[in-house]
Amino acid sequence: MFTSLRGRIIVIIALVAASLGYLFTNQIKLGLDLQGGMHLVLEVDDPEGTMASEARADAIDRAERILRTRIDEFGVEEPLVQKVGSDRIIVELPGIGLNDESRAKDLIQQSAFLEFKLVLPVTELEAALSRIDRQIVGALGVDSIRALGRNEEGPSQDIQNLIFGGQGADSTQADSTAVEQGPEAEGPSVNLRPFTSLLSSGDIEGAYLVGTEDIEVAQLFLALPEVQLAIPRNTSLHWEADPIGLGQRTYQRLMVTEEDAFVTGEMLETATAQRDPQFNQPQVSFQFNRAGGRRFSNFTTQHIGDYIAIVLDDEIVSAPVVQDRIGASGVINMGNSDMVQAGDLALVLRAGALPARLAIMEERTVGPSLGQDSIDRGQIAGLIGVVFVVVIMALYYHVAGILAVMALTVYGVLVLGALAAFGFTLTLPGMAGLILSVGMAVDANVLIFERIREELTLGRATRTAVDEGFAHALSAIVDANMTTLFTALILFQFGTGPVRGFAVTLAIGIVASFFSALYVTRTFFLLYLSGKKASDPISI
Amino acid sequence: MKLFNQANFAFIEKRRRAYIFSAALILVGLAAMIFNVFSLGRWQNYGVDFTGGSLIQVEFHQPTTAAELRAALGGAQAPPITRFGEDNEFTIRAPLENDDVETIRARFENQLAAAFESDVFTIVRTETVGPKIGAELERNALLAILFSFFVTMIYIAMRFEFRFGLAAVIATAHDILITLGFLAMFRVEIALPTVAAILTIVGYSLNDTIVVFDRVRENLNAKGGRRQDPLELVNHSINATLPRTVLTSGTTLAVLLALLFVGGAVIRDFTLVLILGVAIGTYSSIFVASPALLEIQKRFGDGSASRERRKKRGVPATA
Repeated sequence: MFTSLRGRIIVIIALVAASLGYLFTNQIKLGLDLQGGMHLVLEVDDPEGTMASEARADAIDRAERILRTRIDEFGVEEPLVQKVGSDRIIVELPGIGLNDESRAKDLIQQSAFLEFKLVLPVTELEAALSRIDRQIVGALGVDSIRALGRNEEGPSQDIQNLIFGGQGADSTQADSTAVEQGPEAEGPSVNLRPFTSLLSSGDIEGAYLVGTEDIEVAQLFLALPEVQLAIPRNTSLHWEADPIGLGQRTYQRLMVTEEDAFVTGEMLETATAQRDPQFNQPQVSFQFNRAGGRRFSNFTTQHIGDYIAIVLDDEIVSAPVVQDRIGASGVINMGNSDMVQAGDLALVLRAGALPARLAIMEERTVGPSLGQDSIDRGQIAGLIGVVFVVVIMALYYHVAGILAVMALTVYGVLVLGALAAFGFTLTLPGMAGLILSVGMAVDANVLIFERIREELTLGRATRTAVDEGFAHALSAIVDANMTTLFTALILFQFGTGPVRGFAVTLAIGIVASFFSALYVTRTFFLLYLSGKKASDPISI
Repeated sequence: MKLFNQANFAFIEKRRRAYIFSAALILVGLAAMIFNVFSLGRWQNYGVDFTGGSLIQVEFHQPTTAAELRAALGGAQAPPITRFGEDNEFTIRAPLENDDVETIRARFENQLAAAFESDVFTIVRTETVGPKIGAELERNALLAILFSFFVTMIYIAMRFEFRFGLAAVIATAHDILITLGFLAMFRVEIALPTVAAILTIVGYSLNDTIVVFDRVRENLNAKGGRRQDPLELVNHSINATLPRTVLTSGTTLAVLLALLFVGGAVIRDFTLVLILGVAIGTYSSIFVASPALLEIQKRFGDGSASRERRKKRGVPATA
């Protein structure tokens, strides 16, 4: 039935109808470069490359699942979370404009590793403090610490230089400068206890206070490997997230806790953002699962009167005192944050912690106005291009040219319908590819028509010339289209994002133009010839 | 209307002139690439997609010049600023630092806010690419091109004869080399879509070459084709397909020109590369691919000798 004229017309009408149907029901998915949105490429953060590749692949697998849960709840329409290869995740968030960018990134990158740790009295650390001070002096050298002490009001950029300047092989040189600067140095006491001098006794027994301006220096000290080793076994130090104001100065609490958490976020059942009924501040309430709840209530029964640190990604978000046995639920007070932040925290806690830190390898964000502008311009360009093609074809091939243009219309509908039906994404280069393919789709028709003309010049009867024309042009059309198709497939294989979109439209365009030239144009020709005798002249 | 009806141009006789022309274009391109290596540090003007770094596109809602923007962003220390299509749109390129795009953008935004009213500008696009991604992209683009050469050579060798495949790949490599030369000369920024455009040129150029080769194949396989003077046969084939070559290039170029002039700035470089490629591809299918076919035949024979040998041994003839 596909070869009789009626059969051909039915096939074409059915395909066009199906394409139109898909176009109106599915609509074509637009790429982020056209509709605006954010595109991220993530990898497990492993700058030294020390992770085994299986471990990394496993981490990426779990991270993909967790990110999917987080993003599904984020409320973006048609988000994409996709693993690429064994160690990469692509996240696409349509409609995320330049204003929500950092919020979306926080949501994706936050590890959300929640721990509950017992706060220890600072006396646990007291014995180790002098050792820590000695280690710092040993590691950094006297003069760079002296310089740090002098730099009290703005210890920001210079610190790195100072530290690295005073290290290792440069120490002799550093010593000589120290001699020169000697008279200017302040009291030597600063140098002897570089870390301890930054600490003030805290308002609760498990915490030191560090002035906000000294935090950067203190964090640098604590990050030294020698200092990490000097911290007593089974204790760890955590900063509290929010600073507190005491009198004129602001401080941040540095708390001593047990190293091991007694419960972690893995045992969370659920978490929700809410407002604290008393102070109307945002908070996140959470609920443990049965195992977690049991452990939590056992632990709190034994530690009534002690403080518990709720540690999120190494920072203490709150440190409540245990008033009574606590069951399976609790709250995290969010202090100065707003409800959006509380909601996001609840979301990441529900979705679970990421198995490893994710680094952003690539980030592209396009505002919606720019995308719309591209669409508008692309449509105008496409329209003008089509008019050019129609005029050229009609002028050059007359009626046959008009038949080709009709076939081209079918081609256009089929390509768009296929994009909609298979859910392919139309990107900006893809749109250009589509417009380009209109120019190239004519090619097959031109090959056929030229061949028919040649056959007519050789004196063949019209009908024979048409048949011969289609038959002889076939090999050129097949071979030319096949090689272009190969290129499109290779482009798809090696390309990413917008380039892939281009490859897809190119490939669809090739298949559709093949069909449109050999089947649709042929059908229109048969229709055109059906009223004629075999030897009547045709307009070509 | 009929263009080039019964045309009989002596294309092949003029092949030496074409060689000189092609060689000159390639040499100029190579010189531009070498010059770029010394002046830019890279053979092409790679965009952030390749080098890694950040790109921020700002749109101003009032007349603004690049000089004003440069002054706002720190005068002599300002990062490279390029006007982007419309009068009041600019892209700012920041080299890769340890800062993430947020930090860089915040810095630019603060500087812009200090110099302009806050409602005069909108940041419409940001891109940040890590160095690892850029290196991968370069490798993948190269692999894609080589791989497509390989696949098409095999395909054409199967469908035609091996020398056709080789000649087609030589012509396509010629097109890519010249296109890259132009890009180097005018320092067109190489971005992700540019790679797609170059691959499209591979497709288009092959497409064009194959149509001519198809006619050569047909004439060769016609009665007495193998005994005909190959030069004359190829020349005749080029002339016979000339109307199609011109018409197809014409419609394709017409569409591309529409895209170039109204398609907008985002797509402009992409379109420019395609136009260049279509023009060179058309030229090469006539003046490079077919002469290459003849040269190969002259040096290595047309394969008939080995075909004969295989026949004698009873091995089926393949390319």
